Amino acid sequence: MGTMAADSALLLSLVEEYVSGLQDSKAKDTATGVRDGLFTVLQLVEALGLSLTSSQPHTRARGVQLLSEVLHECHGNLTEGEVEVLLAFYENRLKDHYVITPPVLQGLRALTKCTALPPGSAVSMLRSLFQDVHVQSLMLSERACVYNMLINLMESREAELKGLGADFVFGFVQSMDGERDPRNLLLAFQVANNIIHRGYDLGKFAEELFEVTSCYFPIDFSPPPNDPHGITKEELIQTLRDVLTGTPKFAEFLLPLIIEKLDSDVLSAKLDSLQTLTACVSRYEHKDLAEFLEGLWASLRREVFQTSSEKIEAAGLAALTAITSCLSRSVLTSDSEDSLCTFLELVLKDCKHHLCEPDLKLVWPSAKLLQAACSASNRASHIITAAVMPSLLEQYNSRTECSHRRTLLEVVQRFIQSVKGSQSREKEESVFVAFRPSLCSMVFSALTESNSSLQITATSVLTSLAQQTGLLLDSDVELAVDHLTRLLLMEEEERVSLAVVECAGALAELHPAAFITKLIPRLKKEMFSDPMDQDNNRVSSEQKSHHAVRQRCLSALAAVSTQPSVVQESTPVLMEVLSSAHAGSVAFSIEEVVLACRSLQRVAEQVKDTEETGRCFHDIIIPRLLSLALQAALQGDTSSGHLSPLLQESVLSAMVSVISTSCSRLQPMLAEQTALKVVSLFLSGDVSFLPDNSFPSNIQLLKHEGDSWSQSQMVCLLMGCVCSLPRSVEVPQMDQLLSELEEMSCSCSHQLSYTSAAKCFAGLVNKRPQGDDLDSLIQRTMKRVCNELDSASSSVCIQAFTLMIWVAKALLLRYHPLSTALTDKLFSLLDDADLGPMAADGFSLLMSDSADILSRGCHADVRIMYRQRFFSENSAKLVQGFNAAPQEKKPNYLKALSNIVNNLPKQVQITELPALLSLMLEALSCPDQDVQLSTLSCLEPVLADPPPALIRQLEALVNRLLNLTSSPAMNVRITSLRCIHAVSSFPEHEVLPFRARVLRALARPLDDNKRLVRRGAVQARGEWFLLGSPGGR
Amino acid sequence: MSGGSQLENANPVVFQRTGERLQTANDEDEDIHDPIDDREIFDILLSINDPEHPLSLEELNVVEQVRVKVNDAENIVGIEFTPTIPHCSMATLIGLSIKVKLLRSLPERFKIDVQITPGTHASEEAVNKQLADKERVAAALENSSLLEVVNQCLSSRSG
Repeated sequence: MGTMAADSALLLSLVEEYVSGLQDSKAKDTATGVRDGLFTVLQLVEALGLSLTSSQPHTRARGVQLLSEVLHECHGNLTEGEVEVLLAFYENRLKDHYVITPPVLQGLRALTKCTALPPGSAVSMLRSLFQDVHVQSLMLSERACVYNMLINLMESREAELKGLGADFVFGFVQSMDGERDPRNLLLAFQVANNIIHRGYDLGKFAEELFEVTSCYFPIDFSPPPNDPHGITKEELIQTLRDVLTGTPKFAEFLLPLIIEKLDSDVLSAKLDSLQTLTACVSRYEHKDLAEFLEGLWASLRREVFQTSSEKIEAAGLAALTAITSCLSRSVLTSDSEDSLCTFLELVLKDCKHHLCEPDLKLVWPSAKLLQAACSASNRASHIITAAVMPSLLEQYNSRTECSHRRTLLEVVQRFIQSVKGSQSREKEESVFVAFRPSLCSMVFSALTESNSSLQITATSVLTSLAQQTGLLLDSDVELAVDHLTRLLLMEEEERVSLAVVECAGALAELHPAAFITKLIPRLKKEMFSDPMDQDNNRVSSEQKSHHAVRQRCLSALAAVSTQPSVVQESTPVLMEVLSSAHAGSVAFSIEEVVLACRSLQRVAEQVKDTEETGRCFHDIIIPRLLSLALQAALQGDTSSGHLSPLLQESVLSAMVSVISTSCSRLQPMLAEQTALKVVSLFLSGDVSFLPDNSFPSNIQLLKHEGDSWSQSQMVCLLMGCVCSLPRSVEVPQMDQLLSELEEMSCSCSHQLSYTSAAKCFAGLVNKRPQGDDLDSLIQRTMKRVCNELDSASSSVCIQAFTLMIWVAKALLLRYHPLSTALTDKLFSLLDDADLGPMAADGFSLLMSDSADILSRGCHADVRIMYRQRFFSENSAKLVQGFNAAPQEKKPNYLKALSNIVNNLPKQVQITELPALLSLMLEALSCPDQDVQLSTLSCLEPVLADPPPALIRQLEALVNRLLNLTSSPAMNVRITSLRCIHAVSSFPEHEVLPFRARVLRALARPLDDNKRLVRRGAVQARGEWFLLGSPGGR
Repeated sequence: MSGGSQLENANPVVFQRTGERLQTANDEDEDIHDPIDDREIFDILLSINDPEHPLSLEELNVVEQVRVKVNDAENIVGIEFTPTIPHCSMATLIGLSIKVKLLRSLPERFKIDVQITPGTHASEEAVNKQLADKERVAAALENSSLLEVVNQCLSSRSG
């Protein structure tokens, strides 16, 4: 009993200190007491007795507040009996003086969270609330309190609230009517959403609920700067939209409202209206829409016909699609009219005739509207196409002007594409089947026109037709192949042949047979006809055109080779180009040979990955390529006269790509076999797997003696193979291979040979497993390289440098700890008198993706964000080095910096820029044009979204950029003008002070010698004029 | 453009745009002087927006390359533009936009002459006179609501 007395004394003192002493912290202490069981809530009510009955409203309010705050903390521990008493108390207090209302509401809100709420109490609480409180005369936070009570009760007492019937809706409508604060609106919309989506009875208050929410539509709200509440316009728009579109009961009110708001001049209001329309009709049935269809259509038509905004157009078209698909869903009864038909008749009446005016502006808006309706459902597409296709086809045949025909053709194509989405099953017959013969004859006639735009459009219509079931018969495909072949061989314009090649690729994937029997033999015949044989006096323009034909044939061969059956036929033709070129039996230019290799590579890239095609590359293509290259290499030393094109670096590089692409995609077993054969060819001269085998037995490709560069450069093919294999494939005789490659890279004098050897070495090192073997290999190589670089008299300095930089890259990519030693060496070389500029360029190689090896495509070990990591570890070093370097070496540092920064992702550039900004600005005034140019190209992307640090240095930036507009190098002038252009979109108040100076300075490049510079100046100056001017920006 | 208002010419003829000027090796050569030619002037004008339609003056055939004449050596530029309909009330505004665009884009040495294509507009003479009068052009640009419309015509199209 002693403790009880002590506790009640404690309680009394807490109450006293809170109520009279106004010590807010005592509420927490009291709550702790209740929670710890020192006293109960009812004891607290007792203790509060005097304050609660005080004649001073403020004292009463203070007393209630203490109770409410305690309930806020302890509502979880209350018993049903306690809750009942408290509720009766609170409901009664709602009738008290207005200053007491806020703490009463807080208390009630706490009680709504009670799990022990007795049955019926939710109803009685709300009845008292709606009866005694006028919500909108409360303060912001009390109004929020009411909404939160409703939300809480809707979560826990749904059945009970629904028992209130429409009274609940009415009470809520009255409570929120006139709410102005966006925070509270979000809560109120949430309540409204619950009412609508959880099936509360709206009774006769649907219109009231609509009125009280729709008065905020369309939402116009811009949050204050630095808004701490984080409420966005989008959030409000979305929640309100969910309310308005939530039930078809609102249809009769919402649709007229949307029609009215679409008349608004405010772009965002139109957009919101259109999007709301799209959202609501997905829940409606045709009867909800029926009486508004005409009005809606008139508004949509007007918006799409007249708008200048693509967003509005797209939203309008989406709304039309949504309405059409809503009408298409409706179930027809025998006596009701078909509202889809009626509606589409409206659309057709207003749009169809514009399709007959292909040179007028409204042809496209009309076509887009019809296509939007067409895409909504299968039925809609039948109705629309039946109505428009005959007249489009007839128009096409009766019009003679190419531009008209082209527009008609494009319109037709969009119709074909628009039905794609609405066809439910793939095998379903296309709605265009009825028009098949006319469509085909239209396309084929367009393909025979001489107008290139028409031809190009025809090829894409042809592709669209091929992609729909049943629109091209086999005979049509054959005819199409004939047309495509003819265009490939005859048509000179590049745009057309690109389109033809693309179309051939798409068709060959679906119909390979016709391409195998017709196209490939024809192209082969054409390529191997030799214009020189027939007539030596042919004019060079004809040779040029023959070259162009071959070029097109080669790229077409690649494009059609996606199906294995086609690859079996096309690759032998490409290989024959290489062998004939090597033998000199048919004259192919170096460029043509390179193109043949490119085509082979494309085939390797795009072909469906099957065992069959893997074998084709493993068994035939790779051995034949190696064999041809080896024949050429051996001949190179002996024969005079005809020098095989396969000795050319450009051809070899193209062959490397073929080998590398196909090796990287080989299945593991084939890959292992290929590796074995290729390594034994290079290490021990094993030529047994090569076709046309008449090679000598003593071949030693990695031992370069004298000037036999033709053999030593073949190491690049070795690289293409062993550096692209999947990492799981073990390369045989690795140690010997590495040591011979190292030797070659450090001693050979032929550039392609030593560079390829170094790259091959690096590619293997990159994939080698971590461990002591690898570490000691690297250390050995590093020692050798550093010895050469440090000795003043070394004759293989460049070779050593090349090996170093490639190994450094190989290690950097995989985060190998020893990479730092090599990159540090590179940093130190920036001060070197001879190698300094080369070292600066080396950073570009280090940071950029390399084309042939050390890429993810070649299965190299490339860690994500290695560039960022390298940058963050080394940028300080670079800045220090720059500051310490003598004046004449500084450009090396700036160049290294710009090489590194240029290759960083933009996001990183922006975050890192502040630290480097002064250095970059320094680089802009560095006399070296390369440094200027690469710094400008670093800066340019950053300017699109300038960090604050850059804005702080605006004066220096603008000055330097303006200076560079009179640089002697035109590229520098052009890029600096682009940068100045970009600066014009900085925050207006920051750049406005520079306007006059920039306009004056840009007057000079308007009269530049070079047109490209003038163009940049015109664009930049135009934007700066608009800055700060009415109607501008 | 306001939602409800009616356009003078709601469905004008739309012409195809010319492609980008093809670049030649000379364009890249630092040592060669590229003279300012007709096409270059046309390229400056073609992207000007029509005050009414979301279309460029090129698409409406208001400006055409054949109606652009420049003499780089003698510092003269002459433009003729063709309103879409003879009673087009926007003719002066379009002419003004062309003139302003050229003033902003060409070296000061040029004398710029903007006129309506003879026989294509009802008040041809009056418009030509206004456009030729330096003071009136300057005064028009002092009028901020007029300047606003001109600037809108010269802004790159957005959203």
